[in-house]
Amino acid sequence: MLKARIIPCLDVKDGRVVKGASFVNLRDAGDPVELARLYDAAGADELCFLDITASHENRGTLLDVVARTAECCFMPLTVGGGVRTIEDVRNLLLAGADKVAVNTAAVKNPEFIREAARKFGSQCIVVAVDAKRDGKQSAIRSGSGANRTRWEIFTHGGREPTGLDAIDFARRMAELGAGEILLTSMDQDGQKTGFDLALTRAIADAVPIPVIASGGVGTLEHMVEGVRDGHASAVLAASIFHFGEFSIEETKAYMRAAGIPVRVEEEKMQ
Amino acid sequence: MKVVVVDYGSGNLRSVAKAFERAAQESGLAVDVLVSEDPGDVRAADRLVLPGVGAYGECRRGIDAIPGLREALETFAIRQARPFLGICVGMQLMADTGVEHGTHQGFGWIGGQVSSLTPADPALKIPHMGWNELDFCRSHPVLEGLRLAPPPHAYFVHSYAMSVTNRDDLVATADYGGPVTAMIARDNLIGTQFHPEKSQAFGLGLIAGFLKWKP
Repeated sequence: MLKARIIPCLDVKDGRVVKGASFVNLRDAGDPVELARLYDAAGADELCFLDITASHENRGTLLDVVARTAECCFMPLTVGGGVRTIEDVRNLLLAGADKVAVNTAAVKNPEFIREAARKFGSQCIVVAVDAKRDGKQSAIRSGSGANRTRWEIFTHGGREPTGLDAIDFARRMAELGAGEILLTSMDQDGQKTGFDLALTRAIADAVPIPVIASGGVGTLEHMVEGVRDGHASAVLAASIFHFGEFSIEETKAYMRAAGIPVRVEEEKMQ
Repeated sequence: MKVVVVDYGSGNLRSVAKAFERAAQESGLAVDVLVSEDPGDVRAADRLVLPGVGAYGECRRGIDAIPGLREALETFAIRQARPFLGICVGMQLMADTGVEHGTHQGFGWIGGQVSSLTPADPALKIPHMGWNELDFCRSHPVLEGLRLAPPPHAYFVHSYAMSVTNRDDLVATADYGGPVTAMIARDNLIGTQFHPEKSQAFGLGLIAGFLKWKP
């Protein structure tokens, strides 16, 4: 049986992890490679690097980080942030990324997704969708009213509204050849009150490709909800892992107890 | 020992090479890993790895576009019967044909067809992406020393799957709305639909087994 994936996400700026991490025994909390190694050993199912470097000039630093991570991590690595050209995708894949997440470029030029998927295969093209509840309804949080709710997608790290409907956009991306959707609720991001489940489910049920739920995890129950109620194939979180609130192992044990199929290698179980 | 990872413009070659280096190091084997498209390097290899991601026809075209590569692969894997590992589309290419955006000829080394995954449950996502359990139909020397029960997990990402003509060629399946070919083997050839280079300890163990294997 296919397992729900647990994905820690590292925000990387100029080659360093920001929104620091507080692990015991961590020599350098800012080193993405060391964190990647820890998560690999802990049994994370995948890892995600989001490059939030403002300038495109520092691209070499990111490629170096990806290359050094690929040296020591034997799990899938997704890298996103500032991917604009086929050359950007190629460079990241050559450095050792397994998947590349595209956000702004997918909105500006949807054909870019078709071209990238054709060149490198759908399996490595992830479209990062940053969605926000339509203003008037932002206070409503009901699961059953999902089809009346509208979410708008934003680009440039959530700064630029696009007027585009998130569900239509996700469908279009899947048609163009995206292999996966990384869906972030901008309303929930950083709130620690859980995923926007109506959004997650609306998108997951609308597209044939896997959806990674992101934005808002504060408890392990939220991780369960993302899969069970949001229909996500994978759940992504940052701070609950980095600040040592929960380990990957605890997360998986909790989800498993809640009936979510997760990967637990038996030798790790006690 | 010289391991050549065949570079024909497809795949996460660096990941594959790194995994081989690590597996060799962990098992104390002296291994040179070379990523190359040169048929001369293929001929000089002791072990050959054919990765592959993306579309079947594209991969096949990629190989055919490099003069002498197809022949060098055939000589290595069939005429000289040296240890060969195909990963993902690299495995699928060993089949007779692949039906993905048209019908394409495979190498015809292991009888079978590659066609789109159509899980019985329409709610299952395509691609089949993530960690799935391996159900072994039989043992194989490259798996020696690996714990196969309870079923280990391996990382998959694919939308097309191979069905083998001869069931003896099947080593393992994964359940995704029905059994999906996960690992095949015949004589000196093995193939994995999953990515051993991305399958943490189990994957590295399988790679080490491949390096030690004397078919």
